Amino acid sequence: MNGEPQHHILSVLVENKFGVLTRIAGLFARRGFNIVSLAVSPTEDERYSRMTIVVDAESTSLEQVTKQLNKLVPVIKIVELAPAEAVERELMLVTVKATSEARSQITELAAIFEARIEDVGYDALTILVAGRPDKLDAMSDLLQPFGIVELQRTGRIALPKLARRAARLRAVKTRPA
Amino acid sequence: MKLTGAQALIKSLEMEGTEVMFGLPGGAILPVYDPLIDSSIRHILVRHEQGAGHMAEGYAHATGRPGVAMVTSGPAATNIVTPLCDAYMDSIPIVVITGQVAYSVIGSDAFQECDTVGITMPVTKHNWLVTDAQDIPRIVQEAFHVATTGRPGPVLVDVPKDIANQHMEWHWPDSIDLPGYKPTTKGHAKQIKDAARLMATARRPVIYAGGGILKARAAETLRELAELTGFPVVTTLMARGAFPDDHELCLGMPGMHGNYTAVTAMQQSDLLVALGSRFDDRVTGKVDTFAPGAKVIHVDIDPAELGKVRRPDVPIVGDCRLVIEEMVKTVAADRAKRAPGEDAWPSLDAWHAQLQDWKERYPLVYQQEEGGPLKPQLCIDVLRDRSPDDTIVVAGVGQHQMWTSQRWKFNHPYTWVNSGGLGTMGFAVPAAIGAKVGKPERTVWAVDGDGCFQMTAQELVTASAERVPIKVAILNNAYLGMVRQWQELFYEERYSEVYLSPDLPDYVKWAEAMGCVGIRVDAPEEVEPAIDKANEIDDRPVVIDFRTDYREKVYPMVPAGHSNDEIILDPAHDTYGER
Repeated sequence: MNGEPQHHILSVLVENKFGVLTRIAGLFARRGFNIVSLAVSPTEDERYSRMTIVVDAESTSLEQVTKQLNKLVPVIKIVELAPAEAVERELMLVTVKATSEARSQITELAAIFEARIEDVGYDALTILVAGRPDKLDAMSDLLQPFGIVELQRTGRIALPKLARRAARLRAVKTRPA
Repeated sequence: MKLTGAQALIKSLEMEGTEVMFGLPGGAILPVYDPLIDSSIRHILVRHEQGAGHMAEGYAHATGRPGVAMVTSGPAATNIVTPLCDAYMDSIPIVVITGQVAYSVIGSDAFQECDTVGITMPVTKHNWLVTDAQDIPRIVQEAFHVATTGRPGPVLVDVPKDIANQHMEWHWPDSIDLPGYKPTTKGHAKQIKDAARLMATARRPVIYAGGGILKARAAETLRELAELTGFPVVTTLMARGAFPDDHELCLGMPGMHGNYTAVTAMQQSDLLVALGSRFDDRVTGKVDTFAPGAKVIHVDIDPAELGKVRRPDVPIVGDCRLVIEEMVKTVAADRAKRAPGEDAWPSLDAWHAQLQDWKERYPLVYQQEEGGPLKPQLCIDVLRDRSPDDTIVVAGVGQHQMWTSQRWKFNHPYTWVNSGGLGTMGFAVPAAIGAKVGKPERTVWAVDGDGCFQMTAQELVTASAERVPIKVAILNNAYLGMVRQWQELFYEERYSEVYLSPDLPDYVKWAEAMGCVGIRVDAPEEVEPAIDKANEIDDRPVVIDFRTDYREKVYPMVPAGHSNDEIILDPAHDTYGER
């Protein structure tokens, strides 16, 4: 670890009550941590919400932010998801200039990325693309030369990979009695 | 049983054992003040809401029970933000109830509306906005639970006026359900074993005791550990009294204005046993040069403190009392099973001799010149020697606070009340009132500066009206003394906006106007009679205006941002220190 800031994904289970987002965002701000992206929604249990927070921090200060988050009363559980051990997805809507000559090139590109054309205008297209964050990065890079008018990403959501859980369970079961 | 939200609130406070609350009514909290008339709770009517908050803190400091304050919305709520922040920094359990405009008009910029919950979020352990009167008993129960357990701290409950008037069916929950709040109190057994193993090899150990010892009621256990191991103990500003100053293992206060022995012992130690302390910058000085050769055992109930400033070799999350009790058992067993000789714990004789040598060579010094201006240290020494042993001493913030912490002999826990983390000027008078309300049988002295006193002196009206006979010693040097000291030392004696005047206000007249006895002391020989007179008065507050030497500075001193190795001793040391 070279101490350089890098992205970490925190999956934070919180009570689904008003003001919780403010408490969490406020804590990040006053402890000097930068939120890269944030996605919040209720979980399968309506009493709880899950926040997927991507934070820019070196690992020692990440430990501090995690501990501080844990002190908040409405925070129930925090898991740091290593990219290799998580399924991460993000959604992007992008409106790109599309003159009649460029339109077919853009739709081809969209097909490669399994993106969908959501809206068509006289000189622009709005495209929806979902996938891993690096795929979205690549898509926006490739669309850049056509002229991006507007772009919006959701911020990533993530859940732990199932294989990891299963392996751990098997290990417990195969341990000799 | 049908109750209004207001009645339910008062009843819930009673259920939580509230005997006294500090507050001031106003529009939005009016419904709650009505049932208070019929309650067993004693209410102390303050003159400013900041006073109510500091009184609640002083009460909590002195008694260990949560202090309760109640004020109205808007400006009252913002006035109590300072005490909330103070309590947050020093981990003081207080419960603050604020009135709020009707829930139906929240967000409309109504009269005396402010976003109290939003404003106080960063300075409370948790806060609640009540949206249904039915929730009041549960929220009050949760509020007291959160304030007093784990790392204690302030909480706030914001009660809209229409909710206070709403009817509810009374019920008192049997249990608390806070899935996200489960403080760890019991230390990990393996970590405690590792700690004992480190302790068994230390040759220059220091126990670095912090305010957590007092919060955990662990003073007795700390003493057992120190006596069992022979480890010397430093007590931080927040831990003064946690270990008796007259104990041979006590080194006193470390830090920016700590004594030479305490500061240097930590610097040169090979093992710091940090118990409920948090490596505050005022203790460590420049962090990278702090105790460079020391391994660290760090015990704290707040996991976020472990590794926040200094990475411990053995981190232990837990309540100080429970963890130290286990440490004592583990250490005693370990010492018993080792054969004498090579296997035994190393002798600390050389370390004790070194510490004794420093104590003798570098005591705290000052010099009262014959016919010269009165020295503040003399006032504190006489006050200490002429007041009962278990006197509660309360300080504001600045030079007077440091001199008092340095010079007082704290031999009992909970006899020292001050604002450590936030450094809130004006803390002393209201906090002393709170302490005296909580411990009416004890003598309570506030040692204050003239700058501090002017910030909250009006609470002496409260003290007179409510018959809370505290005593106040103002060390009046006519300056914002600590700021002056920094300007003298670090800003080439360019004194910017620090002069206050010794005579404006006239402190004796002011004290008398507030129903107190006022005494003025100009010369050293007047100090003792004035203090004796003050100690005899028990029917009203007393204020002594000590006219002290403005040139006097607090030493030793480690300049901010410097290493603790660069400790500056009192210049008087060369002449009077060596004995």
